[in-house]
Amino acid sequence: MSLRIVVTVKYVPDATGDRHFADDLTVDRDDVDGLLSELDEYAVEQALQIAEAADDADVTVVTVGPEDAKDALRKALSMGADKAVHVEDDDLHGTDALGTSLVLAKAVEKAGYDLVISGMASTDGTMGVVPALLAERLGVPQVTLLSEVTVEGGIVKGRRDGDSATEQLEASLPAVVSVTDQSGEARYPSFKGIMAAKKKPVEAWDLSDLDLEAGQVGLEGSYTTVDSAAERPARTAGTIVKDEGEGGKQLAEFLASQKFI
Amino acid sequence: MAEVLVYVDHVDGAVRKPTLELLTLARRIGEPVAVALGAGAADTAAVLGAHGAVKVLTHDASEYADYLVVPKVDALQAAVEAVSPAAVLVPSSAEGKEIAARLALRIGSGIITDAVDLEAGDTGPVATQSVFAASFTTKSRVSQGTPVITVKPNSAAVEAAPATPAVSELSVAFSAQATGTKVTGRTPRESTGRPELTEAAIVVSGGRGVNGSENFAIIEALADSLGAAVGASRAAVDAGWYPHTNQVGQTGKSVSPQLYIANGISGAIQHRAGMQTSKTIVAVNKDAEAPIFDLVDYGVVGDLFDVVPALTQEINTRKG
Repeated sequence: MSLRIVVTVKYVPDATGDRHFADDLTVDRDDVDGLLSELDEYAVEQALQIAEAADDADVTVVTVGPEDAKDALRKALSMGADKAVHVEDDDLHGTDALGTSLVLAKAVEKAGYDLVISGMASTDGTMGVVPALLAERLGVPQVTLLSEVTVEGGIVKGRRDGDSATEQLEASLPAVVSVTDQSGEARYPSFKGIMAAKKKPVEAWDLSDLDLEAGQVGLEGSYTTVDSAAERPARTAGTIVKDEGEGGKQLAEFLASQKFI
Repeated sequence: MAEVLVYVDHVDGAVRKPTLELLTLARRIGEPVAVALGAGAADTAAVLGAHGAVKVLTHDASEYADYLVVPKVDALQAAVEAVSPAAVLVPSSAEGKEIAARLALRIGSGIITDAVDLEAGDTGPVATQSVFAASFTTKSRVSQGTPVITVKPNSAAVEAAPATPAVSELSVAFSAQATGTKVTGRTPRESTGRPELTEAAIVVSGGRGVNGSENFAIIEALADSLGAAVGASRAAVDAGWYPHTNQVGQTGKSVSPQLYIANGISGAIQHRAGMQTSKTIVAVNKDAEAPIFDLVDYGVVGDLFDVVPALTQEINTRKG
């Protein structure tokens, strides 16, 4: 039987750009170029490796986001994913993590899955909670923050490097997995992959396709409210000295003046 | 007075510092009620009481160690049902955020992660967050349900507030999902004798300029002279010079110490995301144009192989 792998990916503002908030205190997505969240590339890579090791598997990438988010899907398809789903709806604007997990859970169920793979966090919100929320909503095991992952005989196994210990984990499929940037370098799309991606199917779903209503998502359905967002004041210029043999001593002097030594 | 649940992060009864910080923050909102789970849970009561916990709810079962995350969510949910708190505070570790998220979903509440400050507001706690690689500061509230908030280490000073907590056992019924993900092996991290990276008051980091794992010895020597934790940039970790658990940055750990010393680190946005909120920032780098110098309170343009050992020696001399 075919192993159905769904990868959830996010289209995010480029972190090297000048990121801002819009007037409604949501992330301004018009001001900065977007791209596939770097941390999701690792999820696509692991999905492809698991699919390649299986007898029969297919990889579907799913994203929730505006029109431009198709770019993130194209990137994943050009890496080697088989097909894509784009959930797009004007009412999704301002959706929080809980709402995102609701939309993703519905989309993943509609797509059909044995294994969901996500990145460890998005590079914009950086909450890192969507994989756990997805597992809770789907009622399947969460096998998250893996630096190594394998799937064999309906069992997913992985290694999780925690703060105080490294753990070996194991769960039966279906399951939700998330992988860290230590799981293995993501492949670059080949020219052939880029050309092939143009012909791969991208399904477009809106809220009604997922039996969801506007009030359940977006700013209206959000469980949190942002009251203010202020740019951090620029740091006052510090003292910079050139080392001409005394740099270490000068630095010690500074640390002593600040009572660190 | 309203009660505030505080999830206790401990290892065999030894409470970690971020939990004590949470007790300080919890007292701004109400009376702290601590929830300690797993082996050694009952041993936490004295230190939690010394920091203001009026009640300590404990529960020990093998499920907490044998299965991932969900048993702890079940227990925290039981505590919410028993206490009806004004808020639930959880340390912002990777696991803490996962526990908090699942709890919030179950109890129909909003969640805020990685708060760096917390105040009582007219309609519940107001959380300060530092976002977009610490270039923006936001203030947010949970608008539905019991606020579930995770707080970053070093967000508050630990304050003693002696209380004599009522210690009682929490009654927990594990859910069907509790045993879904089995922990089949656990290798505790070997202690380096240095403070935990995210909790340390001083962090000394090395990057590409350190140029080899063997050279990290000079970074460690500086750290030891200051009683500091050792961090590494992604470049140094990807090169295999230092373990990933010590990585500071967007894909590693976020640190906010009193003093951060960056050695041979250029200061790419991904690294800045993990250390920009440090109170005092110092850098040593050969390249006068390195972006890290835009952040520093004090910078030395020079070869770290000259400057760092000289600094270490000077510190050790001054300490006598």
